[in-house]
Amino acid sequence: MTEPAAPHRNPVIRVRDLSVGLVHGSHRPVVDRVGFEIAPGETVCVVGESGSGKSVTAFSIMGLLQTNALRPTGGEILLGDEDLLRAAPERLRHLRSTRMSMVFQEPMTALNPVEKVGRQIEEVLLLHSRMGPAERRQRTLAMLETVHLPDPERIYESFPHQLSGGQRQRVVICIALILEPDLLIADEPTTALDVTTQQQILTLIREMQERQNTAVLFITHDMGVVADIADRVVVMKDGRVVEVSDKERILRAPTHDYTRMLISSVPSLVPELREPLRTEPVLTVEGLHKTFRKKRFLRPASEVRAVQDVSLTLQRKEILGVVGQSGSGKSTVARCIVGLEEPSAGEIVICGERLDRAGTAARRQMRRRIQMVFQDPYRSLNPRVRIGRSMIEGPTNFGVATEAAMERAGELMALVGLPTSALDRYPHQFSGGQRQRICVARALMLEPAVLVADEAVSALDVSVQEQVLELLDEIREETGVGILFITHDLRVAARICDSIFVMNHGRVVEHGPAEHVLARPEQAYTQKLFEAAPGRHWDFRNFRPIEGNSA
Amino acid sequence: MKISAPSDAAGGCAHEDAQPSRRRLILRHLLRAFGTGPALVALVILLLVVLMALFAPLLATADPIAIAPAERLSGSSANHPLGTDAYGRDIYSRVLYGARVSLIVGAGAALVSVAIGLVIGVLAGYFPAVDSVIMRTMDGVMAIPSILLAIALISLTGASLMTVMVAITIPEIPRVVRLVRSVILNVRSEAYVEAAVTLGSPVRRILMRHMVPNTIAPLIVQGTFVFASAILTEATLSFLGAGLPTEIPSWGNIMSEGRSYFQLFPGLVLWPGIALALTLLSVNVLGDVLRDTLDPKMAKRT
Repeated sequence: MTEPAAPHRNPVIRVRDLSVGLVHGSHRPVVDRVGFEIAPGETVCVVGESGSGKSVTAFSIMGLLQTNALRPTGGEILLGDEDLLRAAPERLRHLRSTRMSMVFQEPMTALNPVEKVGRQIEEVLLLHSRMGPAERRQRTLAMLETVHLPDPERIYESFPHQLSGGQRQRVVICIALILEPDLLIADEPTTALDVTTQQQILTLIREMQERQNTAVLFITHDMGVVADIADRVVVMKDGRVVEVSDKERILRAPTHDYTRMLISSVPSLVPELREPLRTEPVLTVEGLHKTFRKKRFLRPASEVRAVQDVSLTLQRKEILGVVGQSGSGKSTVARCIVGLEEPSAGEIVICGERLDRAGTAARRQMRRRIQMVFQDPYRSLNPRVRIGRSMIEGPTNFGVATEAAMERAGELMALVGLPTSALDRYPHQFSGGQRQRICVARALMLEPAVLVADEAVSALDVSVQEQVLELLDEIREETGVGILFITHDLRVAARICDSIFVMNHGRVVEHGPAEHVLARPEQAYTQKLFEAAPGRHWDFRNFRPIEGNSA
Repeated sequence: MKISAPSDAAGGCAHEDAQPSRRRLILRHLLRAFGTGPALVALVILLLVVLMALFAPLLATADPIAIAPAERLSGSSANHPLGTDAYGRDIYSRVLYGARVSLIVGAGAALVSVAIGLVIGVLAGYFPAVDSVIMRTMDGVMAIPSILLAIALISLTGASLMTVMVAITIPEIPRVVRLVRSVILNVRSEAYVEAAVTLGSPVRRILMRHMVPNTIAPLIVQGTFVFASAILTEATLSFLGAGLPTEIPSWGNIMSEGRSYFQLFPGLVLWPGIALALTLLSVNVLGDVLRDTLDPKMAKRT
């Protein structure tokens, strides 16, 4: 691998020709001759899609590879002058947390759920320093203060489940940085968090880095995050480094085709101008409420008002986006509309017929007009059932003959760009993107008037995401189906939606045409969401920064 | 564009060879698992016991219930390879016939408890309305020690093969119900089950196609454990004298009768005891191997 002009300071870590292979079977290596280095105070982002080997690289540095499955086969990892691949386990154990440390994706699983967080931070000091109990406690409290956790005394005494996701990640960062290591590896540390929390954590990592002059290896799939925090970028694909360069050069003038594709697949935050649709409404929701009640023994029942007074109208051929952070009630709205939850109040009108007034049989007939595409394509197809049988399940429920349904399934397979032979196979023989196409095709089998897509592209890599979004766009043109598109991702919403509803705490806070809501948000909450979106100053499609952005 | 759609699902079998189905993969795993080590030994032992039971009339050297006072408590001889008991009955033949009772009781209890438990468990798991009623009833059954319950049932109805089987099966049912219920509760929230709901599938189809198949692997494993524990319970009941009448030879009652002469003629207890221990061990080993193979977490390794 050719290195670009080496940073002038002594690098903290140098990875040279690192290869990692599977222990069993001599397939191609998982990581193939990867090399890069990081200087003190520098942030290097490793980007790549799932399966590119970016996490395996990070785990190799930390010495955390699962030795029964993966093993380094070549190269060296120099931390200072010490080769980590040849270091003894005891030595590695000492180096971890004193000279290098790691922050993981899911803060809940990274912390021990049955121990107070104060003790968990202190454990690092107990193992790696000679401080006495009082000193340890003081140091821990000071560190909690440094990461801007409110009321450190209370946090010290809290269990992980009593903290929010962002607070937990702050605690994890505390543990990682309390001994001021030279190298911090962050493996998708903000992927599980909401955008506003993500922004705070990114700021915190940057701040701590400046304070301690830490070298940061930041693993992410999100180009927006890269645009915000990276100094240099390593692009990986299929276990190899495709391109290493300064952030500016990568984002402005990527030399490799794959990098170009990766960057230009990131949807713009600025919606395209769309012609207002003048079609008839297919779905009207009026005053929808959903309250979850939980009976408790000898105490008043607990209530969660998940959705309050939501009204919306979806037209033929329209894609209506519902955006909001986790817990905003957007998924509950979707589940009420498709009938997976019973609304507490409100009416749902499908193609001019009121759902709540219909009898059971009529209701079932009306329900078939609303179909759903789920978030996780790995779980929404029954692994034991062939694709063909899954596809015809809907029509045969409503009395269509198997042969006719199979024929229709074959046509829809062609529509979503898969061969008809796919019908004879099992779900595990397809990739995530292909499965999501199958799920879209299955939903279309019943010729619905409304398609509800609940975070339907959130689990997919950007390039695959783009393909599925294009497919949805084509489908609404071709079949005239109205799509209710639930997402937390403003970029995806801007890319595909005609109109947007913004939800917060179960209520709609703002709604209107996409270009209106996203370009000129009126409500403070929408503005906050928009400002937290990573990489909002960058126009990835056209490889240039956005100038004169007033948002 | 429009390629002729495959109109029959069966036409797809040609693809099978290139891309093995899940079922074939499991079968391959099973064959590999049973082809070696303790599993193979267990399989052979169990096969021998089954053959013993099937061909007992051919293999036996004497009528297992024929009393011969003249030959009581004799040692090993040409006529009686393992000697005779206090009534002069042939131990070897009695152990052979005892295998029949053990296997019938074991298999019967396993099949019936799994079948009943599956139905009740699915009801409890899928219909919240009946869940608490069913589960509290099951808790009630589980609160009574199974041997006590069996003894009580037998003393109410009198001992016969049928009543002993019923008495052994009933205490096993709650365990199966709990297992099935937990599987169903887990699968309920799977996206593919919710997808079936939105596709308008009737409850029967959702249960049969999407939920029940998930219970089969754990049920097979649970079945083997019920099988082993039923054999043991039957032997215990017979040993305590609450089980089958002595004219039906079972490993338990052979040992029960032999125990007073144990110091003089240890074979009276030893031979049926060895048969019982080997059978139980084999069944349990097979259960473990099945669990390791059918457990999806283990299957992921390859």
